[in-house]
Amino acid sequence: MQDAVTTIAVTGAAARSQTGERLRLIARNIFPFVVVGTIWEIVAWAGIFPHRLFPTLEEVAASFVRLTMAGILPHHAIETVIRLLSGFALAALIGVSIGVLMGRSRRAEDIFLPLVSICAPIPGLAYAPLFLLWFGLGNISAVLLVGFVSAFPIIFNSWTGVKAVKEIWVRSAQSMGADDRRLFSHVILPGALPYILTGLRLGLAQAWRILVAVEMLAAVPWGLGWLIFGAREFLNTDAMLAGIAVIALIGLGLEKFVFQKIEDYTVVRWGMVTA
Amino acid sequence: MTENGQRTRSFIRAAITLAIAAAIYEGLARSGYFAPALLPTIPTVAKTLFGMFADGSIVEHAAFTMYRVMFGFGLAVVVGIPLGILMARFSAIENFFLPLVSALMPIPSFALVPLFMLWFGIGNLTTILIVFYAATFPMVFNTWSGVRSVNPLWLRAAGAMGADEHKLFWKVIIPGASPFIITGMRQSFLRAWIAVVGAEMIAASDWGLGWVIFDAKEFLNADIMLASLAVIGAIGYAFERLVFGSIERATVQRWGMVRLAKG
Repeated sequence: MQDAVTTIAVTGAAARSQTGERLRLIARNIFPFVVVGTIWEIVAWAGIFPHRLFPTLEEVAASFVRLTMAGILPHHAIETVIRLLSGFALAALIGVSIGVLMGRSRRAEDIFLPLVSICAPIPGLAYAPLFLLWFGLGNISAVLLVGFVSAFPIIFNSWTGVKAVKEIWVRSAQSMGADDRRLFSHVILPGALPYILTGLRLGLAQAWRILVAVEMLAAVPWGLGWLIFGAREFLNTDAMLAGIAVIALIGLGLEKFVFQKIEDYTVVRWGMVTA
Repeated sequence: MTENGQRTRSFIRAAITLAIAAAIYEGLARSGYFAPALLPTIPTVAKTLFGMFADGSIVEHAAFTMYRVMFGFGLAVVVGIPLGILMARFSAIENFFLPLVSALMPIPSFALVPLFMLWFGIGNLTTILIVFYAATFPMVFNTWSGVRSVNPLWLRAAGAMGADEHKLFWKVIIPGASPFIITGMRQSFLRAWIAVVGAEMIAASDWGLGWVIFDAKEFLNADIMLASLAVIGAIGYAFERLVFGSIERATVQRWGMVRLAKG
């Protein structure tokens, strides 16, 4: 009885200190932003820079709310995300297939590797004018370019991943009578998956980085990149900063909710990587 | 011997692939299905490239681009490495900067180009700052994780053998973190190289390889575009292989650190 009471008391204290710990952690993470925000406010209020170019944080927040309520910001964001996802889906499909093919067949490797290693080191945005010339201004160019650029890290990583599957796993599966299909789906794909996921992650990050710039250049009707670029013409620095904030949020969301989840559900659970 | 034969065969196959790709391209360009202005033949591109070298214009553009990249990248190294080391050594600094770095990192550098154009005008300053922004984060992150991953046993061993702070830093921590730092430099140069081309396009400064490509679009000069693409690719490749490759050989490989970095 006495023991039970102490245990409860101890767990209660532990829980309390845990919430205290969490609060302290949150406070510690927020503190730098408060400092930077205060400095920003001071600079904005002091009028060192023209007010139009350096709005206060309230104004940025106000235009964020205003644009969100008017549905302008969500519309831009949704168009951008759709473009990102369609470009990335293209890249994932083509990239993983070419990469796996390159890893499995020596002939495919000899054919694709020279092409890929010539095209990959050129910065993705350098292709943008060429794509605009070939496919015209607008959505098609933007999606194709995003797909093209983000395919390279996916190809490289899938290729490395398939090649890194231990020979002994393949042989033991074969000696246990696995046919090609089973070998592929039960040995090679899971074995290469950590690499493929890394590739997809890099590819999506690349797609995200390039997309914003492409939207500025390709003159698409909606999109966050276009919002920022268009806001410059009218010196709407507050709208611009609101757009950048949305971009940052989407980027952070992709990292936290897409990749970490994917990793948790697959490779960590299979014990390929320790979390 | 078989290894060598394998390599020769791969080389020949690669050459054949490239020749076939070039032939297909040439065939498409000559077929007349596409406007020759959009799909110039390979000899035309080569001639344009040669002409740009002959009148020195491409060299000048490349020099401007290199100046911006090196300035921004240099700045990123000068800021990124000390910041990374400080973050790894002092938890107060880590607590302050880590949330900021994690919040800023997902913002693509190009998103800031219009803002920087408003603040700093068009020209060198904007481009350099964009390059700096793009290149700093990989530098900070890699240095930070490099210093943190220095084997604590080495620190204690050096301490036990009487190394002072100064010695500990230069003889143990820096060499121990060097594979990560060099990886960081590589990544951040790559980022810088991507950023400079994009920033030159969007900020439309008067010189630079990115601007040449973008400007060529206005006049439908696909040959100039492809020629500049080749130059951009060649410079990027040269830096990646020659410069960073030799830095790696001269430092971490000589110190025998690479094996550690790999596994």
